[in-house]
Amino acid sequence: MITIEVLVTQISGLQRQDLERWISNQWVRPDGRAGAYVFREIDVARVRLIRELRDEMQVNEEALPVVLSLLDQLYDQRRRMRELGDALRRAAPDEVRRTLARHLAELTGSE
Amino acid sequence: MEDPYKALGVARDASQDDIRLAYRNLAKQHHPDLNPGNAKAEERFKTVSAANELLSDPVKRGKFDRGEIDAAGQERAPQSSYRDYAEGEPGRRYGRSGPQSGGWSAEDIGDMFGSIFNTDPRPKAPVRGRDEHYSLTTDFLDAVNGATKRLTLPDGRILDVKIPPGTADGQVLRLRGQGGGGGNGSPDGDALIEIHVLAHGYFSRDGQDIRLDLPVTLSEAVLGGPVEVPTPGGPVRMRVPPHSDSGTELRLRGRGVPAHGDRTAGNLYATLRVALGKPDAALEEFLRNWKQERPADPRRAMEAGR
Repeated sequence: MITIEVLVTQISGLQRQDLERWISNQWVRPDGRAGAYVFREIDVARVRLIRELRDEMQVNEEALPVVLSLLDQLYDQRRRMRELGDALRRAAPDEVRRTLARHLAELTGSE
Repeated sequence: MEDPYKALGVARDASQDDIRLAYRNLAKQHHPDLNPGNAKAEERFKTVSAANELLSDPVKRGKFDRGEIDAAGQERAPQSSYRDYAEGEPGRRYGRSGPQSGGWSAEDIGDMFGSIFNTDPRPKAPVRGRDEHYSLTTDFLDAVNGATKRLTLPDGRILDVKIPPGTADGQVLRLRGQGGGGGNGSPDGDALIEIHVLAHGYFSRDGQDIRLDLPVTLSEAVLGGPVEVPTPGGPVRMRVPPHSDSGTELRLRGRGVPAHGDRTAGNLYATLRVALGKPDAALEEFLRNWKQERPADPRRAMEAGR
């Protein structure tokens, strides 16, 4: 839980005005409100990711919302997969899980 | 620790621009946030980042080139990447369904089990298409004799509606399969068409019978004679018997509504109405000198003053 002042000093090459624009674009959604934002760890990691996408991978800000939206969807799905896995681990008997794994392995057709 | 030049795939004498370019290309390929769950990519990205960290800084690069530091010498403590949060509970913050949502909704479960296990949790029963209601206005004679009318539906389809003979006002025709589309291979609904019949100038309908008031002249009424009577099927000649009067009802058998289905043709009833027109001098002269043998009072049945 850090403030915008601390965050800007922590991430090299990050301009405060860029970050404020990203917040108003809803790409980053910290707690609090303008002038008193509070960033959680995930917010900090997201700011770092956006900066890397823009500065190091040259995804310009026009394309960023598309990339972020696809990433958010990807992580939604991966979270779902994890939850499904957790639920299977808790609820499905060993036998069922082994059968499932066997079916999945056959599906891929890999050696 | 891999040689940083090899890691980036550049020569020892590569320019700073070459190094930056090489790093960008590799970062795009292997960035762990773009390859979640891919351990190889993550490993590769760490190596590439470390190499870039070293070579992108001319001071550090010089130290490395001079052997003052080794490839791992400048490696920073790894930072948690976005992926470490995004996949877990904190990732809900940027999830599609909003930060609050926790458990799976029925749709989520249907999604997962429908696509992964290929069982639809709620198989849909076949649903017959909806019946659609329309109305169609038709002439009196078209309804009596039958006709085909063209009806343009709101969705642009054109229906040729066969109005059977003897169709009555308010009757509903059902056109099978012309209503709303059915789902899951079930039959389409029907088009229900309510028929409105316009009034006619002189015909009126009484079940299967047709009635009309037929104007006749004074001499046709008194002396009788042939007159032409309009019927739904076209004009027909009929004899007016002598000594007819206003109100006399004459029947033309089978000249009403034509036979249809299991119903036989109705009759046409013509009620005579004596039409004097403008009397001429001869008639006036005759009536002035006319001495009735038995004077009649047509108003006798009416009680005076009531």
